[in-house]
Amino acid sequence: MSQSSNFANARADETAEATQYLTVNLADEEYAVDILAVREIRGWTPVTRIPQAPSYVLGVLNLRGVIVPVIDMRLRFGLAREEYTATTVTVIVTVAGRNFGVVVDAVSDVIDIVPSAIRPVPDMGTAVDTEYLKGLTSVGERMVLLLDVDKLLQPQDAQILEAALPAAEEVKAVA
Amino acid sequence: MSKVDLAQFHQAFFEESLDGLDAMETALLALEAGSDDAELVHTVFRAAHSIKGGAATFGFADVAAFTHVAESLLEEVRSGRRAIDKPIVELLLRSGDCVRGMLSRSMGGHPAANAESEALRAALAAMISGGGAPAVAKAVAVSEDVEGWDIAFRPFDYLLKTGNDPLRMFRELAALGALTVDTSLDKLPSLEAMDAESAYLGWTLYLAGPVKRAAIEAVFDWVDGDCELSIVAREAAPKAVAPVAAAPLAAKPSRDAAANSESSSVRVGIEKIDTLLNLVGELVITQSMLTQFADGVDASQLELLRHGLGQLQRHTRELQESVMSIRMLPISTVFNRFPRLVRDLTQKLDKQVNLDMRGETTELDKTVLEKIGDPLVHLVRNAIDHGLETPAKRRAAGKGDTGTLRMEAFHRGGSIVVEVSDDGAGLNRDAIVAKAIERGIIATGEGMSDEAVAELIFEPGFSTAAQTTDLSGRGVGMDVVRRNVADLGGSVAIRSTPGAGTTFTITLPLTLAIIDGLTAAVGEEIYIVPLVSIVESVQLGADAIRSVAGGGELFRFRDAYLPVVRLHDVFGCEGSRAKIEEGIVIVVEGEGTRIGLFVDALIGQQQAVVKSLETNYRRVAGISGATILADGSVALIADVTGLVRMQARRKAA
Repeated sequence: MSQSSNFANARADETAEATQYLTVNLADEEYAVDILAVREIRGWTPVTRIPQAPSYVLGVLNLRGVIVPVIDMRLRFGLAREEYTATTVTVIVTVAGRNFGVVVDAVSDVIDIVPSAIRPVPDMGTAVDTEYLKGLTSVGERMVLLLDVDKLLQPQDAQILEAALPAAEEVKAVA
Repeated sequence: MSKVDLAQFHQAFFEESLDGLDAMETALLALEAGSDDAELVHTVFRAAHSIKGGAATFGFADVAAFTHVAESLLEEVRSGRRAIDKPIVELLLRSGDCVRGMLSRSMGGHPAANAESEALRAALAAMISGGGAPAVAKAVAVSEDVEGWDIAFRPFDYLLKTGNDPLRMFRELAALGALTVDTSLDKLPSLEAMDAESAYLGWTLYLAGPVKRAAIEAVFDWVDGDCELSIVAREAAPKAVAPVAAAPLAAKPSRDAAANSESSSVRVGIEKIDTLLNLVGELVITQSMLTQFADGVDASQLELLRHGLGQLQRHTRELQESVMSIRMLPISTVFNRFPRLVRDLTQKLDKQVNLDMRGETTELDKTVLEKIGDPLVHLVRNAIDHGLETPAKRRAAGKGDTGTLRMEAFHRGGSIVVEVSDDGAGLNRDAIVAKAIERGIIATGEGMSDEAVAELIFEPGFSTAAQTTDLSGRGVGMDVVRRNVADLGGSVAIRSTPGAGTTFTITLPLTLAIIDGLTAAVGEEIYIVPLVSIVESVQLGADAIRSVAGGGELFRFRDAYLPVVRLHDVFGCEGSRAKIEEGIVIVVEGEGTRIGLFVDALIGQQQAVVKSLETNYRRVAGISGATILADGSVALIADVTGLVRMQARRKAA
């Protein structure tokens, strides 16, 4: 599968109790995603736009025959949209059996984080709503924010549902 | 002894048993129709026998006991000791339904036997012991009331050689309740005369507790005929048990329970698998050939590459067709339920109907097949209840006593057509118009064409049945038929001639997995419009468009004005052409309504493998799915029915 999981296997023995995270860059900050939720990392490729979708849903792509929606993390968090470059990547994430692609500026590293090293998020002016953060930790000199993938995508799901409901009702009314 | 988990075979047993019951029913109906083919009796017997065997093996004691009695009756018929007559067929048909119910209860993990099955079993037993066709069964002990059972069991001397072990059977009995065993040694020979492999012992057993007879019989099922056995109930108090009428039984077994348990597996012919395997082999060869070529790219080998690619294309297409064919099943799997339905309905309504089924071997996608059953049942019920007349009325109309109901399936173009037609009275125009006015669907029937009147019966809540029966006429039916068929991407048409009959024509796509589509460009995007819903594509001049109040646009197509739906507006595409004369209007039809879809240009035609958007995302209005284009990118498939509904809503708003 993806190279990241090979990475994970190689280093699993060294740090038994540590969890592995994939770190990604977004608007000059470093975020960490639980590596078990990451299915695949691929370079940015254009997607097919879907009608009536929220602006942060860029469209769908073909993941070996499966149609997967892609979300721009910057737009999701209300940041300015950047031009996609050679380092822009789509991280395919699996949450609750559903696959989503998440577009971030770049992937940077795989790090081990021991639960004791995770500190609560102080109320601060990060670009991201602290609701989506599990905590923060430091790796050397760098500060890394831990993304709560489940939470990140749950409100996402909820909003998608909300958007879908009126449409479904209308269809029913017509039928 | 190694433990085998029998549960893994349960599903296969249920499927085989249900198939067996279907075969049994078909054979019984043929027997009832007067066929004297001895093979039919064997078919019924075999079905009952395998269900019994399977049920006993997998521990469904109630089912085994029930089918055992049915099998005994069949054995008498098979051996010629009893002629098959209507009461027997009736009883066996009902037993089949009962077993179906028992199986579906077993499947759900519930006890299989109930009052109905016990009563039927008694009726079967009475039929066997009663010689002729007994009207009333003897008093039957309903097992729950007994205190215990006296069992006398003496195996014939060869019993052990059949692989049966009394000890194991007693253990099973002991699991049912407190067991007392007395051994009789009277037949035991002296040691020198004894054959160690023969059975000499006899037993008198007493099993205490309210155990069902069926459960006890199941234990002795495999030694049946290899021993002397008597099972007598010891009743708590002498108590008269009401005789159970052998026929007709009050409780009508419900077939719906069985219908719900549709199996999700497909049984595939071995030759289809072989073809598949063969094709995969070819594909692997082609692949290695191309890999080899890639090792030393050389202009002189271009011909080889072209050859390899051609082969790859051919094999891929064949592979695709072959895989598709696995999902295809003959429509007879759906048609098979109708002889019984028609028989029951005609008996109930006192009508004479001859069911004529044609084209049963026509193959359809499994998904389509599963969903077409209910609409067909509605149509057949309607035809028998409303369409076909009673023999008296038919005679008065100068027709034969027996009406004909014809069901036919055939290919037409890329679609499957299923027709249900009767030679009954046809649609009653006046009654339909009167009803529609009463329901407020129309204001007046004047000036309406016959086709328009016929369309009215598809309105929700419409029914002209003078009196509501439990067969049809509850006001649900035709609208459900149309919606179910529309959900499958098909359509229903109706054709009726007063006095001569009505024909319903259902047109269905061959498969839901692949569609033929027209690729159309809208701005920088590509959409696929299913070919089946396309009527025509036209290029319009700027002056062909009539703008109406509210921003709607109409254009003239043949003798009607159709609304223009600009796909770039609906889907929010950028950079598309705005002027009508620069693009193309695709006239499409959904649910009998036509609209014009305005797109930039037509690109071409292609087969699209339909992929779900909902798996990872959600439903999108106006889009029925997605597909992957030759370059690997995703294209969305327009949902014509949805777009028609959206247009209707806009009009209403």
